Amino acid sequence: MTYGPARALPGDQIRITTNPDTEPFWQAAKEGRLTACQCGDCGHFRMPPTAICPECGSRAKQWPTLPGTATIFSYAICNKNPKNGEDYVYVPVVVDLDGAPGTRLNANVSGCDAEDVHIGMKVSVDWTPIQDGWILPNFKA
Amino acid sequence: MAWVNQDKCAIVGVGATDYYVRGKSWPRTINDMAAEAIMNACADAGISHKQIDGFSYYSTAGAGYLDKFDTASLMETLGMPHISWSATLTSGGGGCPGAIGLATAGLMNEDCTYTVTLMALQQLPQHRLGVVFGAAAPNPENSFLQPSGLVGPGHLMSVLARRHMHLYGTTQDAFGEVVMATRANTHNRPKAVRKDPLTKEQYDASVMLADPLRRLDFCLETDGAVAVITTTMDRAKDCRHKPAVVHAAAHGGQREWGRAFAWMGMPDPHFASSGHKFTADRVWAQSGLTAKDMDVALIYDHFSPMVLMQLEDYGFCEKGEGNDYVLSGKLRYDPATGKGVNGGVPVNTHGGNLNEAYIIGMTHIVEGVEQVRGTAINQVKDAEFALVSGGPASLPVSSLILRKD
Repeated sequence: MTYGPARALPGDQIRITTNPDTEPFWQAAKEGRLTACQCGDCGHFRMPPTAICPECGSRAKQWPTLPGTATIFSYAICNKNPKNGEDYVYVPVVVDLDGAPGTRLNANVSGCDAEDVHIGMKVSVDWTPIQDGWILPNFKA
Repeated sequence: MAWVNQDKCAIVGVGATDYYVRGKSWPRTINDMAAEAIMNACADAGISHKQIDGFSYYSTAGAGYLDKFDTASLMETLGMPHISWSATLTSGGGGCPGAIGLATAGLMNEDCTYTVTLMALQQLPQHRLGVVFGAAAPNPENSFLQPSGLVGPGHLMSVLARRHMHLYGTTQDAFGEVVMATRANTHNRPKAVRKDPLTKEQYDASVMLADPLRRLDFCLETDGAVAVITTTMDRAKDCRHKPAVVHAAAHGGQREWGRAFAWMGMPDPHFASSGHKFTADRVWAQSGLTAKDMDVALIYDHFSPMVLMQLEDYGFCEKGEGNDYVLSGKLRYDPATGKGVNGGVPVNTHGGNLNEAYIIGMTHIVEGVEQVRGTAINQVKDAEFALVSGGPASLPVSSLILRKD
């Protein structure tokens, strides 16, 4: 099928909330820095950020700066804006984050036609301002 | 090792309301529908509803995803004199057949004598399941999913289906065959919502909602209620129908699946799966049986690709071979012989969530009961064992093997 350009969903429709476990991720994003939650003891990465390392049980966390690149693990192609039902081509992607083995983010990809998105495609972070002054990591081809 | 509670309890009563297209059950109330289903199940069992002293729910006692059942309210308003068991499995629809295992736990612990498992569903506009993830208020966890626009279960499942297509060469034709093969079982079912035969051309023309999934790959949105009564085998002998014996029941799953598509962190090969492998292995270990021993399979079908992936996880075919298994017609029921086609085990002889009705898995239990009783509309000849599955969803997922008495 032919869909045409993939666009990120409009940031002014998107709202997030945080808690003390997840807020460092979003604060880093505000600084234009893509991070992932890493265990401060054993170094295991986990996303979304949670209180305890599932590998070693440590509560220590660190937030290294990642390269900001990723690989598309899977995706869907959608053609309606979920907030208002209007025609809007967007591509939700599940990406593997470079520099943080085993972690993924769910985001939108833009910068190419939707039908050209493919598994294994390399993408780089693309920051989308959203409500309340937060910044969302999306990706571009 | 055989399950310690094997063949010690049975489903003795099934009851349901009519099935309504989403929102069309109004002005009935959800409590009215739940009560009718319970009364019908008791009548089917040949007991009074006042004999029910246990409630074994799933989906965290949810009625749909926004309403809640409350045992205090149900027992008081239905006039049950006392209850001595009230328990639920957590998470969502994945626990449906597992709730019969929960019922068995209450019965075998001698906490209760007749326990009801129940689902009622009324999708008024504000309660529509199809948009439930996207309509949820942002929270710290879903803030890592919602902004991507993966807002409905179908969006989420399409990402899993895509990965399966990538890894194994699975085709959309196979998803279509799941829908067509099970649609072929509803033309003679008075209560089914979709009864017309489905052609490949009609399937291919169905609108793409979340590529690679079309509208017809999504299950129905239904209102209605279904209840089933479980009791011990000694009591079951006095009920109206032949007991549907609880031969095995398991719920759970492994960490690699975990929160599943509310998370998307599953490593391969779990990502492109139904998340059922761990629970499948448990019911086979409990029973000493395998997929090939099943006479009929009632496979939870909220989305057509998840049927294919469950067939793999339960071992009806090897992992990655679901496409060829499905396309060889092995899901189909042959009314002329009362058997499967091409050596397969008939799947969803009732039409399933895709075609008959979606009461979050309960209709699969009803069909399993009717098959081993020998009273199903699309009766599988000499059916002895029926597999019933629930989910795929966040853990627990679950399954149940019913046996003919």
